[in-house]
Amino acid sequence: MPAIVEVEELDKTYEGDFKALSSVSLEIEEGEILALLGPNGAGKTTLISTICGISIPTSGRISVSGHDVVTDWRAARRLIGLVPQEINLEPFEFVGNTVRFSRGLFGKAPDEAFIDQILTDLSLIDKKGSRIAQLSGGMKRRVLIAKALAHEPRVLFLDEPTAGVDVELRRDMWALVERLRSEGVTIILTTHYIEEAEAIADRIGIIRSGEILLVEEKNKLIKRLGRKTLTVELKEPLTQLPDALSDYDLQLSEGGNALIYAYDAGAERTGITRLLSSLQSAGLVLADLQTNESSLEDIFVDLVQEDAQ
Amino acid sequence: MNWYGIAAIFRFEMARFFRSIIQSIVSPVLSTSLYFVVFGAAIGSRIPEIEGVSYGAFIVPGLIMLTVLQQSIQNAGFGIYFPRFIGTIFEVLSAPLSSFEIVLGYVGAAAVKSLMIGLIILATSFFFVDITIQHPFWMITFLMMTAISFALLGFILGVWAKNFEQLNLVPLLIVTPLVFLGGSFYSVSMLPPFWQSVSMFNPVLYLVSGFRWSFFGMADVPITASLIAIMGFMVACLAIVWWIFRTGYRLKV
Ligand SMILES: Nc1ncnc2c1ncn2[C@@H]1O[C@H](COP(=O)(O)OP(=O)(O)OP(=O)(O)O)[C@@H](O)[C@H]1O
Ligand SMILES: [Mg+2]
Repeated sequence: MPAIVEVEELDKTYEGDFKALSSVSLEIEEGEILALLGPNGAGKTTLISTICGISIPTSGRISVSGHDVVTDWRAARRLIGLVPQEINLEPFEFVGNTVRFSRGLFGKAPDEAFIDQILTDLSLIDKKGSRIAQLSGGMKRRVLIAKALAHEPRVLFLDEPTAGVDVELRRDMWALVERLRSEGVTIILTTHYIEEAEAIADRIGIIRSGEILLVEEKNKLIKRLGRKTLTVELKEPLTQLPDALSDYDLQLSEGGNALIYAYDAGAERTGITRLLSSLQSAGLVLADLQTNESSLEDIFVDLVQEDAQ
Repeated sequence: MNWYGIAAIFRFEMARFFRSIIQSIVSPVLSTSLYFVVFGAAIGSRIPEIEGVSYGAFIVPGLIMLTVLQQSIQNAGFGIYFPRFIGTIFEVLSAPLSSFEIVLGYVGAAAVKSLMIGLIILATSFFFVDITIQHPFWMITFLMMTAISFALLGFILGVWAKNFEQLNLVPLLIVTPLVFLGGSFYSVSMLPPFWQSVSMFNPVLYLVSGFRWSFFGMADVPITASLIAIMGFMVACLAIVWWIFRTGYRLKV
């Protein structure tokens, strides 16, 4: 898959010498859904704003479909749609007008049928003639999405699209994201809900203090988190692993009174039965058994904290 | 050129004008009529003709200028300040629009609005006084250039202002005095020599003088000086706007 968005060594220092991004490099593949996770203030919004041309990069290079966002900004921006984190809408404007406005702003000829289609997809069609101020928070967020889609972008940035959105609407949004992806739209979303990333993303990027800690395929990451550990406590401590058990991916705990076996919970064979009988044959007496599972959340928290130290 | 984009901004700005059409038209017509009643009829009847022009007619160009200046600044200032204030500016900044196109949308709409109001005032004045316009081409030219350059100033103000107070204060504290002291309601030749010299530093004097010349053929300063002044002012505003977009001053972080 070719990269549609390329970020190279991006630095962003805000006025007052605050470094919000430091040498961020990221390649976003065409047609993928990338979820950016990171604690508050990590720099997610800053990264998105810089790609979209709202923030000026301090150094580094960004291109969208080969168009540099600084030198070839017009071509780059035509491809981008942005749903901002804050609900910024003109309160007195009508829903239909504001979506039409967005389409025009991005240089597209009027297409009322297309706008109606978007509004229908977002269950906003009956609000077309309402003023923004008369809408609920969730509806306003959908208006922002409609505006971002009005010019048929190829790359869509969703900055916390489901913050403050009810469960049903969240599922609707996931479905919409899935449909857009099937139309070939590349989607980058930020979220604080890890299940959300798990449910819809192809890849997950974790960002902390302005640095990308990792970008990895969700399934690989899930595999990593899907790994469970079995802790076997022994009656008698061991000084080293018996040779009979060398076939297994075992670790001896400190003090030698427990064996830790890591396995893939999703796999057809976990190898536990075989391990237990091998333990018995090796003449080990078990005191207790215990399994642990790390979730994506744990991995996320570990990563974020580990780096903080 | 992103014409659809320019049109979107232009239409949006004009919609605000038409949304409050009563306020947009009634208030300038009303205040102008008051000026005519007070200055033209009440006070003007005691003021002799100025170079063959009745006082009521004499103040018409100044009145139009006063309103066009204020409206241009106010419309363009509010037009760009409000989206900054509520945060919708992000969309314009992320759109494939050059700074020139953005300015064309906002400043163009503001200038057209104040031009319309200026013409409404002119039409109103026909009810009160007899006026013949000697140089209609120059009259329109001056009016357009004033509307555009002060809309540019308003745009700069709207980008610079950090709150509504600043946005309103500059026109109130700087522009209105300049207009009143710029010979809108008198000829500078009526002033003592010292104040005549001071007035020469007031840029608005050149506008009003040139504009009045297009009506009555009389001027406080040479017509070329008026043209150079308005052009110079416009170029200065354009340079500042260009700098704003180059640096992202108060628009981008
Ligand atoms: N305009 C600004 N001027 C100065 N500092 C800023 C500005 N905008 C953001 N920052 C700082 O940059 C850092 C990153 O902010 P950013 O909004 O990108 O975080 P985020 O990852 O989007 O957080 P959240 O999850 O809370 O939305 C923060 O420390 C923030 O205080
Ligand atoms: Mg954010």
